[in-house]
Parts: sequence; structure tokens; C-alpha cells
Amino acid sequence: MIRVILPTYLQRLANVGREVQLEVDGEITFLKLLDAIEEKYPMLKGTIRDHVTKERRAYLRFFACGQDLSHLAPETLLPREVLIGSEPFRIVGAMSGG
Amino acid sequence: MNGVRVLVGTRKGAFIFTSDSKREIWDIKGPFFAGLEIYHIKGSSVDPQRIYASQASDWFGQVNHRSNDGGLSWETIGNKFDYEGKVGTHQDFSGNQIPWKFRRIWAFEPSPTEKDTVFAGAEDAALFKSTDGGMTWQELPGLREIHANMWMPGAGGMGLHTILINPKNPDQIFVAISAAGVFRTNDGGQTWSGINHGLKSEYELPNPEAEVGHCVHNITMHPSNPNVLFMQKHWDVMRSDNAGDDWYEVSDNLPSDFGFPIAVHAHEPETIYVIPIKSDLEHYPPDGKLRVYRSRTGGYSWEELSKGLPQKDCYVNVLRSALAVDTLESCGVYFGTTGGQLYISPDSGETWQTVAQNLPAVLSVEVQVLP
Repeated sequence: MIRVILPTYLQRLANVGREVQLEVDGEITFLKLLDAIEEKYPMLKGTIRDHVTKERRAYLRFFACGQDLSHLAPETLLPREVLIGSEPFRIVGAMSGG
Repeated sequence: MNGVRVLVGTRKGAFIFTSDSKREIWDIKGPFFAGLEIYHIKGSSVDPQRIYASQASDWFGQVNHRSNDGGLSWETIGNKFDYEGKVGTHQDFSGNQIPWKFRRIWAFEPSPTEKDTVFAGAEDAALFKSTDGGMTWQELPGLREIHANMWMPGAGGMGLHTILINPKNPDQIFVAISAAGVFRTNDGGQTWSGINHGLKSEYELPNPEAEVGHCVHNITMHPSNPNVLFMQKHWDVMRSDNAGDDWYEVSDNLPSDFGFPIAVHAHEPETIYVIPIKSDLEHYPPDGKLRVYRSRTGGYSWEELSKGLPQKDCYVNVLRSALAVDTLESCGVYFGTTGGQLYISPDSGETWQTVAQNLPAVLSVEVQVLP
């Protein structure tokens, strides 16, 4: 079970609380996790990443285990702590605008 | 008694103003979609309770909302805008060719005849159509066959910002793109032609009369006379009497012919409104006086309308989609400013009242008359 913490606006859009939980099988990459989020919450398609190019939105960041994982390749495996649910995967509205 | 609903898109959400036909006392609801830019919010003339809102941000991309109850409740609708076929390239500021990339929706235009048909104008410039109330979108790619490799963004981006549908012939559609120009289809969007003959951009283009590349800020028409189009170009107010085949200037005695929006009176096809702005660098009214200008001669002469508007120290702008009219017997005129004011005139521009003073910067204003 993977725990994902969403920024406020996406909570509102998906009509969920701060944290959502996902059951995802097998080797879990960033790509697979984002696919799973969008499959469970289709209203979030196109908000975390571009519909077509799959690029992460410029002002969103992915944090986990005290690290900024935003720039890792989509095929990178998630940290073990995230996979077992001891650490959440955080989607964060990044600082912008000064 | 008829009522009026004013739909206002701002930098930080949408607002809905309602009043009766006197338009003296206003109820304000909002912000809807608080904190996020609403580029455009517009209702359907077929079903006025149906309203579309375009929300875009660098945080969460494009999100579209639809209401079926006049704005009381909202649902998210489709936000996948995939360019058809070979994507192609256009110019960027460096002169290089870069691939088309979807960024946001500038404008929604609901069909005047089909409840579930709605058009969307995109940045990077393209026209999309939905026939299921906005759930799915398909590009009309013929538009980008018109020298699109020569199109280039304006300072606000390369947006398709204005969509006009001929109410007498819905297969005839006009679109305006910054900075590419005006384009027309006569077959519902399958094939297009550039209609920029007569536009002159002496300060913006190496060839002032180029076929494409003109920075068209806004176009409008009167529904009873769709062969006559009016345009606020970057500089120059323009007019066409043959559905855009040829344009000529009608700036006449305006204090500045730079500006963004242009509108036509609901009942007088030759009465038009513009809001002059000092220049492309100085985006505020000449002399710090906020004035609407009205021409009752289709642009051949202009008169100042300022009663009730600030006449000193006013340095706001009025953006291209932020001027609208209602269709009540005494035509109402409405506009919003980048300073967050919403002004309305219930008497065709003779007098103005301030309906709101402290909204976020206003991006768009649309009006519906309700039964």
C-alpha cells in the first residue's frame, strides 16, 4: 500500500482528504505510481503531468524520504519506504513567485 | 422580469454577478475555483444554465469546469487537448521553429444551435471542438495548414483567443490568434483561409501587409449582420464589410487606436465600443482617464463616454475578453479592469456605475440575459 499526499487543490478536485492510499502490484516506478493515481482519480489526469507529453507540471514537485525526486526518470523504482507505506510520496505545489 | 447574469473570470477565480433588468442592485457570488486563473467563463445561448469555465495554471495545467445549473454547482470536464496528426512547428521569439505544445484554453464558444457542441481556443494556437458538452475534444487541424510555421507568440502567448460563429450559418466560423491574424472557415472547420488583407502592421512586421503575423487583439460582429466584422488590432481599429476578405481602418478621432477589446451594441449593428489604451508599452488609458469610446457610425467617428468612470490617476488596463454587452431593451455595457474594477452601463454607455472595486485582475467578462 502506497500513501500519497496531495496538494490542497488536487484534494479539492478529487474530493479526497490530504492523504490517499493506493494498492499497486509489482515493481513500482514513478510512471506506474502516477498511472495508478490517475486511474483511481481520473479527474486528476492532466493536472500532475501533461496529458500527452507526460511532463511533470513545472510548479509541482515530488518529495519522499526527505529527498526531492522530481527529476528522476519515470522508470526509476520508488524508494522501499514508499513501497511499504512507512513514508508517504508527497506531491507538492512548489514555491514560485518569490 | 428579465434578469442579468455577468460571468467574470479573474486571475484568482471566477465571480458571478446577478441583477434584475434595472441593473442597479447586484448580488455577487464567488470566488469559484479560488486562487486559480480563469481565462474565460461563458454560458450557452441554447441553454443559459450551462456554463463553461477555463482554468489554467503552471501548477495544475488546464482544468475545465461545467455547470448545468447556472453556476450553483460545477463538475470537471475533459481537459485533454491533443493536436491532430503531425504536430508541426511555429516560430518562437528567437526565430527558431519549435513544436506545437498545448498550454491553456483562452476561450470557450458554445454553439448557438447545439447544446452539447462547444469550441475551445487553445495556446499554442488551435481550435478544438466538442460535441459531448466538453467531455472530449477534437482539433480542427485544417486551421494550422495556413502558414502556421510563420505564426509567432505575442507577449501573452500564441493563443487563439476569439471565436465568432455566424448565427445565420454556423458552418462559418472566424477565429483570431495573437500573433497570427484572423482566419475563416465556411465548412464548419474543415478548411480555412487567412483573412488579413488590408491589415497593416508597420511597427510589428518587416512586411507590414504580410499574409499572416498580425497581432489581432479582438474581433466582433453583430448577429444580424455577420458580413460586417470589427477588429481591435494591436494598433488600429479595423472594419470589414465582406466577412473579412478586406479590412480598412476606422480609428478616426480616437485618442489612441491601441487597445484590446471591441464590442457591438446589441440592437444597433453600427454602434461599436472600444477602450483606448495609450500604447503597447504603456498599458493604461491616455492621460490617466478611463474612457469608453462609442461610434454610432460603424467607426467613422467616435464619442467619449466617461460619466461615472475615473477621470484622473487611472492606470489600469482592460483586456481583450473583458468587455461585453447584454441584450436587454436598453443595452447594457460591461467591462472589467486589471485593477479589479467591474463597471456597468445600463444605458448603452451614457452613464457608468462601479459594481465591484477590488476583484483580482479581470481577464474576461460575459453577460447572459435570463428569462
